[in-house]
Amino acid sequence: MQIRPILAALRRHRLATLLIAMEVALACAVLCNACFLVAQRWKLIQTQSGVDENSLAVLTVNGFEPTQAADVNARMLAGLRAIPGMQAVTLISQVPFGPQAGAAGISRDADSFKNTIGIVDFVLAEPGTFQVLGLKLVEGRMPQADDYRPATNFAPMDAQVLVSRALAEHAWPGESPIGKEFWCDKLHFRVMGVVDHFARAHPREWGAQAAEWTVFTPTLPGGSLAGTYLLRASPADLPRVLRTARDAVAKIAPDVVLDQENSQTITDLRTDYFKSDRIMIDLLIGVIVTMLGVTALGIVGLASFWVQQRRRQIGVRRALGATRGDILRYFQTENFLIVTGGILLGMLLAFALNLALMTHYELPRLPLYYLPIGALVLWGLGQLAVLGPALRAAAVPPVVATRSV
Amino acid sequence: MFAYYLDLALRSLKRNKVLTALMVLAIAVGIGASMTTLTVVHLLSGDPIPGKSGVLFFPQVDPENPARADHTEPYPAMDYRSATDLWNAHRADRQALVTSSPVKVRAPETGRPPLILSMLSTTADFFPMFEVPFQYGSGWSAQDDASHARVAVISADLNAKLFGGANSVGRSLRVRDTDVRIVGVLKPWRPTPLFYDPWSQNFSKTEDVFAPFASSMEINEGNFQAYTCWHVPDDTHHLQNSDCVWVWLWVELDSPAKANSYARFVTDYAEQQKAMGRFAIGKEHVRVRDVMTMLTARGMVPDDVRLQAWLASAFLAICLFNAVGLLLAKFLRRSGEIGVRRALGASRRAIFSQCLVEAGVIGLLGGFFGWLLTLTGLWLVRQQPVDYAHLAHVDTVMFLTTFVTAVATSLLAGLIPALRASRVVPAWQLKAL
Repeated sequence: MQIRPILAALRRHRLATLLIAMEVALACAVLCNACFLVAQRWKLIQTQSGVDENSLAVLTVNGFEPTQAADVNARMLAGLRAIPGMQAVTLISQVPFGPQAGAAGISRDADSFKNTIGIVDFVLAEPGTFQVLGLKLVEGRMPQADDYRPATNFAPMDAQVLVSRALAEHAWPGESPIGKEFWCDKLHFRVMGVVDHFARAHPREWGAQAAEWTVFTPTLPGGSLAGTYLLRASPADLPRVLRTARDAVAKIAPDVVLDQENSQTITDLRTDYFKSDRIMIDLLIGVIVTMLGVTALGIVGLASFWVQQRRRQIGVRRALGATRGDILRYFQTENFLIVTGGILLGMLLAFALNLALMTHYELPRLPLYYLPIGALVLWGLGQLAVLGPALRAAAVPPVVATRSV
Repeated sequence: MFAYYLDLALRSLKRNKVLTALMVLAIAVGIGASMTTLTVVHLLSGDPIPGKSGVLFFPQVDPENPARADHTEPYPAMDYRSATDLWNAHRADRQALVTSSPVKVRAPETGRPPLILSMLSTTADFFPMFEVPFQYGSGWSAQDDASHARVAVISADLNAKLFGGANSVGRSLRVRDTDVRIVGVLKPWRPTPLFYDPWSQNFSKTEDVFAPFASSMEINEGNFQAYTCWHVPDDTHHLQNSDCVWVWLWVELDSPAKANSYARFVTDYAEQQKAMGRFAIGKEHVRVRDVMTMLTARGMVPDDVRLQAWLASAFLAICLFNAVGLLLAKFLRRSGEIGVRRALGASRRAIFSQCLVEAGVIGLLGGFFGWLLTLTGLWLVRQQPVDYAHLAHVDTVMFLTTFVTAVATSLLAGLIPALRASRVVPAWQLKAL
C-alpha cells in the first residue's frame, strides 16, 4: 500500500484530519486514565480483610455507663450465645469496614515523637476472638491465657500483641518481628506473632500501603472492651441469626440502645463501605463506553463525507484498474494514519492528565502498559468505524468516472 | 434574513435526520455529563451562611507540645484550656464554644425507647451568631451558661419524632441521667456544608440536641471524644486536662478592624503560652480564618466529585471536537450549493451567518436535551447513597449556565466550519457541477 498519495490527500484536508486526530488523542488520554482509575478502585474493593467474612457479623450496643459494662457484657454474651445456630460470640473493639475504635501513632522508641512507625489500628479482643475471626498465624505464637490484660485506655498499658504481615514488613523490614518492641507514648507493646492479613476498620482512608496496619491486642473484657460483639454462624444461617440477635437485644438488655447501622454482617459492612467505589467504577465505565461511541461517530461522519466527496476520484481509480480491495485498503490505511497520529499525541496527553491527577489525588503513576492497550483499542475502534464508509467507497462502480455528477 | 436562514437550517437538518440526531445527541450527552457534575461541584462549594460568612471567624492555635516535625498546620480544634481562655476573654462581638458528643436521650412522658443522638455543647451566642431559626421558644441566655442551667434546644426532626411536631417548650427530656427543660425548638435547619463542626461529615445533618457547654460537660461527662491527642490521656474519657484537641471556638467580628485586632489578640495569646512553655509553636500556627477560607482549607468538595468534574470536562471537549468535525462535513458537503449562492451574489458574511444559524439550532436542540439529561443525571445523583444527595437540584444559576454553555459550545463548534464554508471558491464548485 502506498502511503504517500494518502498523505498528500490528507494535506488537502488538514482541518478535518486534525479534528479527528485531536478527538482520538483526547479519547486515548481519557481512556488510559479512566481504565487506570477503574483498576485502582477495583483493587480497593478487593482489599483482603483476613477474616472469615461470610460467617461473621458484628452487633453493637451503647448507651450504658462504664460501671454497667461488666453486667451488660455478661448479659449480652449469655443472651446471644443462647440463640439457635449461633456458633460463637466474643467481644471485640472493631471489625474491618465497621466504625474505627482505636487508632494511634506508634514508634520504635520510648519517646513517641522519634523513630515513628505510623498510625495503626488497635483491635482489642478477648480470649477466643482470634479463632472466631479466622485469622491466619504465619509466624510466632497464638495468644495464651495470661497474655490478656485489662484495658482502661484505648489499649492495655503493657501487652504482647500480634501484628499483620504488612505492618511487620513496614516497621521492621528484613527482620523477624517476633520479640520487637514498640511504644505509643507510655503504652508499651511486644510482638509475639504475625498474622497473614488483617484489615483495619477503614482501609481505604489510609491508602493501599497502610490498609492493613493493624495490631491484634489480647485484652480482658470490661473497661474499653464492651458493647461490640462478634457473632459467628454458618454462612447460610448468618442473616437469620443476626436478625434474631438484633431483635433479642431489647429483651436481653432493655436499657441499652442497639446501634442499627453498625450491627451488620461483615459482608454487608464491606458492601456499604465500598459503595462509592462501585458507583465510581460504574460511572467510569459509562464514560469510557459513551466516549468511544462518540469518537466512533465522529470518524464515521467524516469518513462518509470524504467518501461522498471523492466518488468521482474513486470511480477514476477503479476505471484505471484499482480493485475494490485497493479502495477499501486506501480508506483503512488513511484512518490508520490519522488514528496513529492521534494516539501519539494521546499518549503525551495521557501522561499529562495522569500527572495532573497525581497532584490532586493520591494516585500512583500510570503504568506504561496501559498505553499500548489504549492504542490497540483505538486502532480497532477506528478500523471498525471506518469499515462502513470504506465498504461504500469500494462499492462505487467505475462508471461513475464517466458521469459528471 | 434571520427567519430565512432559520428556515434553511431546519430544511438542511431535516434532510439528513440521522446525522442531525447524532450531532444533537453528542452535544446533549456532553452537556448533560458536564453540567451534572459541575452542578454538584457548584452546590457543594456553596456558602453555608450567605451574608454572614465574612464576619464569622474560626481561630486556631497549636497546643501540640512537643510538636512533631511533620506538624505543619494547627489542628482544626483546640484543647479545652486554650478554647475556654479565649472564650472567657470575650474580645469578639460574639463568641461560641462548640463540641459534640453522642448521648442517650429519652422523653419519659412519651414512653418511647431511648435514642442515641449527637448533642452539640455550645454557648448562648451560637444561635444569634449562626442565625439559627426557631419554630418555638428561643435559645438560652448567657446567664444559663454561667449557672450551668439544665436546659436544651432540640431540632425540628427530634421534636417531630418525640412530640409529633407540637410545641414542646417547657417539657422535659432526659439526657443521659439528667432531666433538662426544653427552651427552644428549631425550624428545619441544615447549613450545607455543616461548617461549624469540623469533626462532622461535610454534608451531614445538624445535631438533634443543643445544650449549654458547661452543663453538658457535667451531664455527659466521660462521653466526649478527642479529635486527636499528642499524649495518651490517663483517662481517655475525661479530656479537660488532657493533651487532646476536642473543642472549637467561633467568633463574630463585625468589621475588618476588629478582625485584625482579634487576630493580634490570638497571636499574643499563643506567644504568651509559648513563653510559659505550654505551647511549642506560637504565632506561626495561629490562624483566624473566615468561613469560606476555613472551608477551602478544609477541602469541602469530595475528591470523587472533583474527579467526576474533570472527567466530564474532558468528555465535553471530545464532544466538542466531534461536533466541529461533523459540522465541517455537513457544511462542506453543500459546497456546490454554497458556490451557487456565492455566484448569485451572496456575500461571505451571508454564508457565514447562515452556517452559524444552523450550528446554533443544533446547539439549542443539544442544550435542551442536555438540560433534560442534566435533570436525569441529578435525579440519579439523588438516588445515590451519598450524604450530599439531597442537594442535587438545579438552581437558576446552573439552569442558565447549562443553556448558555450549550449554545456557546455549538456556536464555537460552528465557527470554524462556517468560516471554512464561507471561503468556498465559487468558480471551482460551479465547474464541478
